[in-house]
Amino acid sequence: MKKHVKKIEYTVRGALGLCALVTLITTVGIIAVLSSETIPFFKEVPITDFLFGTRWAPLLEPKSFGVLPLVIGTGMIMVGSAFIALPVGITTAVYLSEFSSQRMRSIIKPVLEVLAGIPTIVYGYFALTFITPLLKTILPQTEIFNATSGAIVVGIMVLPMVASLCDDAFQSVPKALKEGGYALGATSYEVIGQVIVPYSASRILAAFILALSRAIGETMAVTLAAGANARFAFDPLQSVQTMTAYIVQVSLGDTPQGGIEYQTCFAVGSLLFLITLAMNVAGQSILFKYRRGK
Amino acid sequence: MEGFSGRKRKEKIFKIACFGLTFLSVIILIVLLYHIGQAGSKYLSFKFLDSWPSRFPHKAGIKAGIWGTLWLISLTALISVPIGIFSALFLEEYKIPGKLGKFVEINVANLAGVPSIVYGLLGLTIFVRFLGLDRSLLSGALTLSLLILPVIIVSSREAIKSVPDAIRFGAYALGASRYQVVFWHVLPIALPGILTGVILALSRAIGETAPLIIVGALTYISYTPESIMDEFTVLPLQIYNWASRPQEEFHYLAAGGIIVLLGVMLSMNFIAVVIRQKASKKVKI
Amino acid sequence: MSNDSVMTCRNLNIFYGEKQAVFDVDLDILRNKVTAIIGPSGCGKSTLLRSLNRMNDFVPTFSMNGNINFEGNNVLEQDPMVVRTRIGMVFQKPNPFPKTIYNNIIWGPKIHGHKVDYDQLVEESLRSAALWDEVKDRLHDSALDLSGGQQQRLCIARTVAMKPEVILMDEPCSALDPRSTIRIEDLINDLRSDYSIVIVTHNMQQAARVSDYTAFFYEGELIEYGVTDGIFTNPKEKKTEDYITGRFG
Repeated sequence: MKKHVKKIEYTVRGALGLCALVTLITTVGIIAVLSSETIPFFKEVPITDFLFGTRWAPLLEPKSFGVLPLVIGTGMIMVGSAFIALPVGITTAVYLSEFSSQRMRSIIKPVLEVLAGIPTIVYGYFALTFITPLLKTILPQTEIFNATSGAIVVGIMVLPMVASLCDDAFQSVPKALKEGGYALGATSYEVIGQVIVPYSASRILAAFILALSRAIGETMAVTLAAGANARFAFDPLQSVQTMTAYIVQVSLGDTPQGGIEYQTCFAVGSLLFLITLAMNVAGQSILFKYRRGK
Repeated sequence: MEGFSGRKRKEKIFKIACFGLTFLSVIILIVLLYHIGQAGSKYLSFKFLDSWPSRFPHKAGIKAGIWGTLWLISLTALISVPIGIFSALFLEEYKIPGKLGKFVEINVANLAGVPSIVYGLLGLTIFVRFLGLDRSLLSGALTLSLLILPVIIVSSREAIKSVPDAIRFGAYALGASRYQVVFWHVLPIALPGILTGVILALSRAIGETAPLIIVGALTYISYTPESIMDEFTVLPLQIYNWASRPQEEFHYLAAGGIIVLLGVMLSMNFIAVVIRQKASKKVKI
Repeated sequence: MSNDSVMTCRNLNIFYGEKQAVFDVDLDILRNKVTAIIGPSGCGKSTLLRSLNRMNDFVPTFSMNGNINFEGNNVLEQDPMVVRTRIGMVFQKPNPFPKTIYNNIIWGPKIHGHKVDYDQLVEESLRSAALWDEVKDRLHDSALDLSGGQQQRLCIARTVAMKPEVILMDEPCSALDPRSTIRIEDLINDLRSDYSIVIVTHNMQQAARVSDYTAFFYEGELIEYGVTDGIFTNPKEKKTEDYITGRFG
């Protein structure tokens, strides 16, 4: 009997362990797949041309592989979305954790969850058919595909993440500390601004980093709303192309496997992966420190 | 010197601003739903649900998308849910010691942050090309499974963590072996929490578009899948296809598709919330 | 004795939702004296203390009625911010802000826009909290580097820097070791000349050591109030006697 149980124990442990291995294999797989196409790409195109070139035209003659226009497109979406997600997200968190009644909380929380759950394609549709026409009535020179519209919806998409991470951060501020502030006759404005926010500063930073990393990886909303025009320019009312949107553009076409055009997807994907990975590691390690500190 | 009234006024303005910006989310959600509802109601009908895609807006429908999505999600659930729950059980109950354990934990957190399109590139290379599964449902489901696996693992671990230690010790004290403790005592109690996370993860998978485009799901399909090796389309892809066309009529079709998609997602979210609330009343030690 | 009282509570009733926590309390807090509030846990002594500077306003279900006269105004009808500026508070656990020692002291005066010489204020406050000699060389270090007892004295200095009229202390030594406790008690003795102090404590010896007057609470009611020596040597009420002789609580 005992031997029998032991046998099952080992089998179960092994089976569960194998499942847990899948995530490790996934990481290895991602790195292997990206590099398997990126390394040959860099044999043809010098890495400096890729990183610092200002013209992106891999599908047109004369071909050119400067990734900066895509990086700028992505950066514009990220900065624009930050203008919405960061201030609104953090004030939402302030409201939820410091001012809101239980009833308001029970309304706002599900609304944020729904906003976070709406598929990116839906936001793309919303940007294209609602926000862009709205922008056009205010600023007539707005193009049909434009960075602003994409940035606005990406901002809305990542807002719930900022709000919920900041809310967690504020909730973890010791009550005694807030009371210390109020007992000196401070207003809530002063306690929030000078005690609560500084205390949670690094976790707020982590929230911002993680949210912006999500914004960078955003695909369908920007593909639909911001267009497919890789330019080395900074006009937010014009069409741009993000790194993600480029990969979609190539995938929708009939690019043969093995060609240089096909490899560009992986080179751009590698860059995207490295940028978001760096940001995620930075953000997570801040949060990890606090989780252990508890 | 700034008097009391000045500081009070600042506080009041600040409070109002916080409330206003918070309420903005509610307004955005209402505007978004209203806008889509208005545009989508034009084509939303039983015929719309039961027709193939078409060049003519009044003939087009989302039958292929609905069936593709159903197949794909069922298959994704079959693959990702057991692997996800078992991984979480292993990580939480069998605890990998030392640096490796920490690495696995960080790895899962980071995988959850990898852009979905990168998973598309992974699926394309490994499943479609290397394993020769082609642009099949299976390729798509495997790709989506890897994508939502970290999400399932993270939420399942939370649920498992919330099972009181007293239950584990109680079972061990009766001489139970670890797998008996894990499967007979811990898992049943954690299950509602796990289910909530799983449903939310799957509802996220339903809306995924980008990785499926990379893997090569098609947009024009006029049959329903019959095996996991069939080519397929999904609802979000159909929506993308219509939304990206310049003609306004197709935008109405896209909105119709979005209503169906959101309907499915919101009801899944609702189920998840109900399970969560039911479960929170049970088992408190 | 009411002529020289800085605060007078009349018919004070305090509720948490439906549940009444303090019943019809009349209590005078005397100027430049130390008043101790004692009683078994759950008797409402902390609730009462935190009502004196409206700190209970943050508890959602909290409500109170009655009158707390503070220098001619009813605390219940004043702006809590104004009340808290004039009635300082020291908490159970030291709660310095995660800032430098210096900035902890000037935080209050600064937000209130007091135009004073901050360096002088910091020295003054730290001196009156008997902390100056220990920290004068590291005023710009984090307050969190101080020991628990030092942190609590810093919190007292922070309160003193506001120049309040009354200082409320909510079991200020309960998180401290015996040596730090003695230092705080000595400090309370020194502060008496400039401030009126109300201290809640579960430690009867402490009440006997530091206070001039003692109020004994039991189940939300003020059972007995008088000169500390009298309460401890010759209690009039049976319940007070039982409590201070250790028969319950």
